[in-house]
Amino acid sequence: MANLKDSSKKSKSQSMGMHTELLKGRTQQRFFDSEEAENFYYFGNYDVDFNKRTELDVKNMEAPQANKKIDELMSEGYGTIVIQNPQGKHSLGVGILNKLNLIFEGSLGYFAVGSCDGPNVRITGRVGWSCAQNLMAGKVVIEKNAGSSFGAAIRGGDLICKGSVGARTGIDMKGGTIIVGGDAGAFTGFMMQRGRIIILGDVGINLGDSMYDGTIFIGGKIGSFGSDAIEAELTFVDKEWLKRKLKVAEIGENFDVNKIKKIVAGKKLWNYDNLEPTEKKGAI
Amino acid sequence: MAKKKTKKIKEKKVKLGKSKETAREKMIGQHIGYRYDVNLLPDYKKITPFLKKYVEYMGWDDLNWLEDVHMGYEENRPAVFCRNANGWVTIPKKIKLPNNQQDRDMIARELLVKFQMSPKHPLVDLKKAYRKF
Repeated sequence: MANLKDSSKKSKSQSMGMHTELLKGRTQQRFFDSEEAENFYYFGNYDVDFNKRTELDVKNMEAPQANKKIDELMSEGYGTIVIQNPQGKHSLGVGILNKLNLIFEGSLGYFAVGSCDGPNVRITGRVGWSCAQNLMAGKVVIEKNAGSSFGAAIRGGDLICKGSVGARTGIDMKGGTIIVGGDAGAFTGFMMQRGRIIILGDVGINLGDSMYDGTIFIGGKIGSFGSDAIEAELTFVDKEWLKRKLKVAEIGENFDVNKIKKIVAGKKLWNYDNLEPTEKKGAI
Repeated sequence: MAKKKTKKIKEKKVKLGKSKETAREKMIGQHIGYRYDVNLLPDYKKITPFLKKYVEYMGWDDLNWLEDVHMGYEENRPAVFCRNANGWVTIPKKIKLPNNQQDRDMIARELLVKFQMSPKHPLVDLKKAYRKF
């Protein structure tokens, strides 16, 4: 009985034994001098020149072959590569961890420019499912429409579609910005954790369903809100940022940002009891 | 018959998410979430010359992925999270940190870029060991 009495004094999670686990990550000490010589690309990557331009016809190439050829061209210092006849091939332009101007003259299939970190990509046609999934950094512009799961799990960079996109845009995104000039389908921002989505047109049902954090800006009509997605006040800082970002995206420069609705997480689904231990509070 | 007193229900105006967080924190007896605003948008007036050069080199119009980088805390020390190494990079003691978050964030961004581009980054060893092509 004594134990029961003691546990009643504790908070609910403590009585459930949730605070016994110590959060200790594995520490690896690495030393580097922040005054080292300025270097703007990953160690071992290529220092390419934007003014050095070449064209590559991939009509008779398989995707792995084409991707390898892009890598070879970068190693030769080419900073602007124009890909001709992509003909809707899947997985083109993936895994580029370099600065690069990459232009696709035509449409791409599934998983276009996935897992990239740094390049500026322009696709003059359409793209299929999961375009730019896991994008880490860079700018990807699609001139026409995009399929479902546009920008799935991106962690950074700007992903822009001038047309409309399918369902689950920005699913599980952890950073970065997705900008859509047209409409978006159902479950936009599904389970997003961080980052920002701007849709200038209408969105389908279940907007921001189960979103943990991040912000969604909608210019048109909303089909319905998803679980835990709520509307918030659009601040002056938001408006200024929206104006700047729409200019960068080359769309909606004259769009009236006052019409935009801001959607955030209601935080009812936050169940991360051990996210930051109490003892660390002293450091604030 | 005595008049029944009708209680006026006052509607409290609360800041978005604030009361919910407090109630939740009370229930679990612990602080939830980050100790800095992860959604804070950068103030471009505070951009450092190094970051300006980096953005120009990459051919971007703004801070791009660095917009999501903020100064956080690890082991009671100011630090910035490196997503490539999946760990915190602590800020050297010799760097004096300004009071406002915007300036601190710019320092964090600069340090993170320098760390990621350094030959001492953990990914360099991993690349040597596991790269297949």
